[in-house]
Amino acid sequence: MWIYIARRVLWLPFALLAVSIVTFTLGIYGPGDPVTVMLGNKYNEEAATRLRRELGLDRPFFVQYGDYMWGFVRGDFGDSLRFRDRPVRSLIGAKMWVSARLSLAALIVSYSLGLPLGFWLAHRQGRWEDPTIVAIAVFLMSIPVMISIPFMLWAFCLQLHWVPCSGWGGFFDVRIVLPAVTMGIPGVAGLARLVRASTLDVLGQDFIRTARAKGLSEWRVSSHHVFQNAMIPIVTIVAFSIAGLIGGAFITETIFGIPGVGQFAVDSIFNRDYPVIMTITLLGAGAFVIANLLADVTYALVDPRIRYR
Amino acid sequence: MTSRTRSGGTAFQQVSKAGEGHFARAFRRLLRKRLAVICMVVLVVVYGAGIFAAWIAPHDYNAQDYTAIRKPPSTEHWAGTDFTGRDVFTRVLWGVQNTFILTAVAILTGGLVIGVTLGLVSGYFGGRTDSVIMRLGEVFASFPDILLVIILAATLRPRIIDGVRWIEDHTALDGLINSGIPDYIVISLALVAFGWVGMARLVRGQVLVLRTTQYVDAAKAIGASTRRILFAHLLPNAISPIIVTVSMGMGSLALTEIFLSWLGLGIQPPRPSLGVMLRDAGSLSALRETPWLLLAPGLAALLLVLCWNLLGDALNDVLNPRTR
Repeated sequence: MWIYIARRVLWLPFALLAVSIVTFTLGIYGPGDPVTVMLGNKYNEEAATRLRRELGLDRPFFVQYGDYMWGFVRGDFGDSLRFRDRPVRSLIGAKMWVSARLSLAALIVSYSLGLPLGFWLAHRQGRWEDPTIVAIAVFLMSIPVMISIPFMLWAFCLQLHWVPCSGWGGFFDVRIVLPAVTMGIPGVAGLARLVRASTLDVLGQDFIRTARAKGLSEWRVSSHHVFQNAMIPIVTIVAFSIAGLIGGAFITETIFGIPGVGQFAVDSIFNRDYPVIMTITLLGAGAFVIANLLADVTYALVDPRIRYR
Repeated sequence: MTSRTRSGGTAFQQVSKAGEGHFARAFRRLLRKRLAVICMVVLVVVYGAGIFAAWIAPHDYNAQDYTAIRKPPSTEHWAGTDFTGRDVFTRVLWGVQNTFILTAVAILTGGLVIGVTLGLVSGYFGGRTDSVIMRLGEVFASFPDILLVIILAATLRPRIIDGVRWIEDHTALDGLINSGIPDYIVISLALVAFGWVGMARLVRGQVLVLRTTQYVDAAKAIGASTRRILFAHLLPNAISPIIVTVSMGMGSLALTEIFLSWLGLGIQPPRPSLGVMLRDAGSLSALRETPWLLLAPGLAALLLVLCWNLLGDALNDVLNPRTR
């Protein structure tokens, strides 16, 4: 197991290296010659050479890459093209904090509803509640956020006037409810299905029969033997549920007018602000790689049955 | 395909008709699932309407009716008209067509051709080939799907437009850019880049198990070529999970295409796409004044994603030997 963990940890720098090279290459050279792009119709040979020297674009590729990444690691993400001369760093910090709080709220919605629901469903296997609610779960999972959000907005804000339509007031503001619920609901369905499957798996194991046979109360069997073992596979998907939130945040934040990274990313995509797009991709991919690693390592640690080559 | 599974255990042969193959049996079981049948019908109808949009659509997709701007659904315009008086129903049909073309291209090239081939090769040969392919896959899988797709689509578009313009200038072909060809290339590339990894991993896993079976040894012993072993012996036996993955993948690819267009990275207006329509209909001001704009594109997108997911679930039930 330790060899497995060591191998996964050693792979991490390579994964980050590969991800950053891909992003850097696409971000700098993907859209065409960056100098031509920046100068636009003011392009002439002389200005191009000067700008190229100023920006250090006449240096070899790996020197440029190394320079960019060294700056990135120290928190220098380059300058935004749209907000002239404003470093990406000064723009993105506050937005990340907003997005983090929104994601946390969405995760709370997902887990506080999904875990108990899945656990309960597994104990209802074979009755009418089980297939009905599983079907509803698939249905809820399949609703794309670009449809569910406008619908919720229309219903709860424009028709019922229960909540304000848009804006952001922090974690303890009523305006966080609708975005958190719309981002969290697909996760509820996914989690409930997963917990149901893993609970059913555990319920069929011999040690559950043993626990009942030696006279433990049903509550103790459920809480100590079933629940704890059924939670093990859930560890592996925490990373993926965070990654899933990234896509949801793009749309949720844009429609609800929440000043987070998702809205910033969408704006940057529309403005073709490549330094910002690169920064968000690198930060997102880096977080994803690390979260995946942590999930795998935790999984290896909490489940002693697993033996890795 | 029928002879292969005939020895699949005596218990099954008693319940299934004599001589019935794995797929015939699976299909029969699938037809007994009401939800799966409904989904197949819905998919055929929705895609059919999209594919034959040129004949079915009541209006031209760019025709502006100045007498009917922002009108709710009526007998003339079944799903209403948008802010420039274009018929929403017509645009949804053409949008479905675009989604269909793009997802089909992505699943055929990325999933089936690249993913399956690399998975077969990786699993069968092992060693260094396997390492290289799987490490490459790991790099692609290191990106959250959506970020990889976005950065590809965002950065490659200008390059691809330049490339297509070069082709227009140097060949007799004309009007390629106006026909939206660059959009198709950009989206397909982005979808393929993230579509192949899952399939390759899945097929590799299957092959790792299958290559140690006796019939592969037997095929080797009688001197079958590597290509024959890969495609005639290993592939057919790994086909069930591939079918399930394709069904699930069609839903998520359709969703990704709609998402890209929503972000302005996919099909460009005024060409019709579900993503752009959903974006236009989903803003607060649009919801306040023209809520019906959301209905038709929303329903079409929802049905596509939902039905592929439900169908994938049902296929998994009938094809997965563990649940049989």
